[in-house]
Amino acid sequence: MRQSKLALSAGYAALFLISALFIIPFVWLLRSSLMDLSQIFTMPPEWIPRPFHWDNFHRALTTLPFGTFFTNTFIIVVGVLIGTVVTSSIAAFGFARIRWKGRDAIFGILMSGMMLPAAVTLIPSFLGWKTLGFYDTYYPLIVPAYFGGGIFNIFLLRQFYLTIPRDFDEAAFVDGANYFQIYGRIIMPLSRSVLIVVALFSFLGTWNDFMGPLIYLKSDRLFTLALGLQMFQGTYTAQWDLLMAASAAVVLPCVVVFLIGQRYFLEGITLTGLKG
Amino acid sequence: MRKGLLYGLLFTSPAILGFIIFTLGPMAASLGLSLTDYNVFKAHTAFVGFDNYSRLFSGEDDLFYKSLGITFYFVLLRVPAVIIISFVVALLLNMNVKGRAVFRTIIYLPSIVPAVASAMIWMWLLNPDLGLINSALRWLHLPTSNWLYSESSVIPSVVLTTLWGIGGTVIIFLAGLSGIPKQYYEAIEVDGGGWYSKLRHITIPMVTPTIFFNTIMAIIGSFQVFNEAYILTQGGPNNRSLFYVFYLWRTAFQDTEMGYASALAWVLFIIILFFTFIVFKTSKSWVHYEGGERA
Repeated sequence: MRQSKLALSAGYAALFLISALFIIPFVWLLRSSLMDLSQIFTMPPEWIPRPFHWDNFHRALTTLPFGTFFTNTFIIVVGVLIGTVVTSSIAAFGFARIRWKGRDAIFGILMSGMMLPAAVTLIPSFLGWKTLGFYDTYYPLIVPAYFGGGIFNIFLLRQFYLTIPRDFDEAAFVDGANYFQIYGRIIMPLSRSVLIVVALFSFLGTWNDFMGPLIYLKSDRLFTLALGLQMFQGTYTAQWDLLMAASAAVVLPCVVVFLIGQRYFLEGITLTGLKG
Repeated sequence: MRKGLLYGLLFTSPAILGFIIFTLGPMAASLGLSLTDYNVFKAHTAFVGFDNYSRLFSGEDDLFYKSLGITFYFVLLRVPAVIIISFVVALLLNMNVKGRAVFRTIIYLPSIVPAVASAMIWMWLLNPDLGLINSALRWLHLPTSNWLYSESSVIPSVVLTTLWGIGGTVIIFLAGLSGIPKQYYEAIEVDGGGWYSKLRHITIPMVTPTIFFNTIMAIIGSFQVFNEAYILTQGGPNNRSLFYVFYLWRTAFQDTEMGYASALAWVLFIIILFFTFIVFKTSKSWVHYEGGERA
C-alpha cells in the first residue's frame, strides 16, 4: 500500500505525541519513586532525582511482605491462565465451526451472561463459596476459569473463528477428518495469534483483578499484589516517595512479562491466519 | 450428518456447565435474594416481595438515583472517547511507519499496569498542588483544576485516567485492521481513490465487527466501573463519584444488606441488557462479516 509523504509525516508526528502522553505517567512514577520527599515537593517539578534514592524500594517493600504477595498473585495467574486458554478455545470452536440445533440460542444465552454485571452473581457466589468453606482460599478465584474461561474470551475467539473460510473445514471433511482434527490441525494453528491475545488478556485480567481478591480473601498472608498495594496506600497516605516505589515494584514484573511475551504477541496480531 | 448436535454439545459443555454453576445458579439465587430482606447480621430473613424494588424507585433512597445518573454520565463520556481514540490510534499504528513495534508497545504498556498502581499514579499526577498535570497547566498559563477533588470535574477526571488503559482496545482494532487483505486497497488505488476512499469504503466496513465488539465491551465495562471508585475517590467528593457498582458493593459488603443489594444488581443488569440489545439490533445494518456465516 502506498502512502503519501505528507500523510506519513503527519502520522509520525501524531504517533510521537501520543506515545509521549502515554509514557509520561511512567516517567513521573519512576522519578517520584527515586526521590526523597523534599525534592518531590519542589515546584516547578524536577525530573532527575538528586541523589537517586534506591533505598525507597527497600523501605517500601519491607514494610509489607511483598514477596508473599507476589507468589500468591503468581499462583492465581497461572491457574487461571491454563483453564482459560484450554476451555475457551474448545467452546468457541463448538459455537463457531459446528452446526447444531440450538447453537445460536445457547450462545445468545451465554452472551447475555456476559452482559450480566459481575455484581449480580457476586453476592450468591460469595455466599456459596463461603458455605462450602472456601472463603479465604484461592478456589473461588481459580476454579471458574476451567469452565469456559469467561464468555468474553469465547466471544472474541468465536468472532475470529467466524472469519476463517468454511472451505477449510469442508475440504478436511472430504479428506475424512473429524471435528477434533479440524479443531487441532486447522483452527488451532490458524488462531495462534488470537489465542495469545486471549492468554495475555487472561493474564492481565487476573493480575489486575481487585474486586475478586478484595471479596474472597481475608488473611494478609493470602493477599495479592493489588490488595497489598491498596493496603499500603491506606497506611502511608502522603508518603508519595514510598507509594511510588511500591507501585513501581508492582508494575515492574508485569512490564517484564509483557516485554518477554510481546514478541509472540506482536507476531500473533500480524499473523491473522487469513493468509495461511 | 456429522452428528453436529453431539459434537456441538461436547465442545461447548465446559462453557455451558460453567454457565449453569457460576452464572445461572447464582443469578437465580440473586433474584431470590432480591425479594428478601436478607442481612448478614439479622437472625431472620423474611420474604418481602418487591419491596426492595419499590424502595429503589420510590425516591426514598436518593443515592440510587444519584449513582445511576453518575454512571450514565460516565458511560456517555467514556464509550465514544474509548472507541474513537482507540480507532484513530490503531489507524496510525497500522501505517507503514518505522518503529511500529515500539509505538505499539508504548501504547499498550499502560493497560498492563494493575488498577491499583494505575490509580496511585493518577492520584499523584492529578494532585491539585503538586501533581504534574496542574504544574504543566500553570507553566502553559492555562487554568488548573482540582480534578478528582472537585464535584464538577471528578467524573471527567476518572474518564481521563481510564483512557490511559485503552491499549487493549487498540490492539483488538489493530488485529482487525491487519486482517484486511491488501488487494482491496490496491483495487481502490487502481481506481484512483485516496486515503479517504480507502478509509470509507474498505477500512471502516471491514472493521465493523471489531467496532461492534469493542463498543459492546466498552458499554458493559463502563457501566460496571468499580476499582476507580474504590481506590481513587471512595465515591467522593460528596458522593459525586458514587458509581453504581461501588454503591452496590457498599450496600452488600459494608452495610451487609445483601437482599437490597441484589435488587440493585438486577436493576443494573436490566439496564446493561437494554443498551446491549440496542447495539445488537442495529448491528445487522452496519456490521459486515467477511467469513459469510451461513447459520
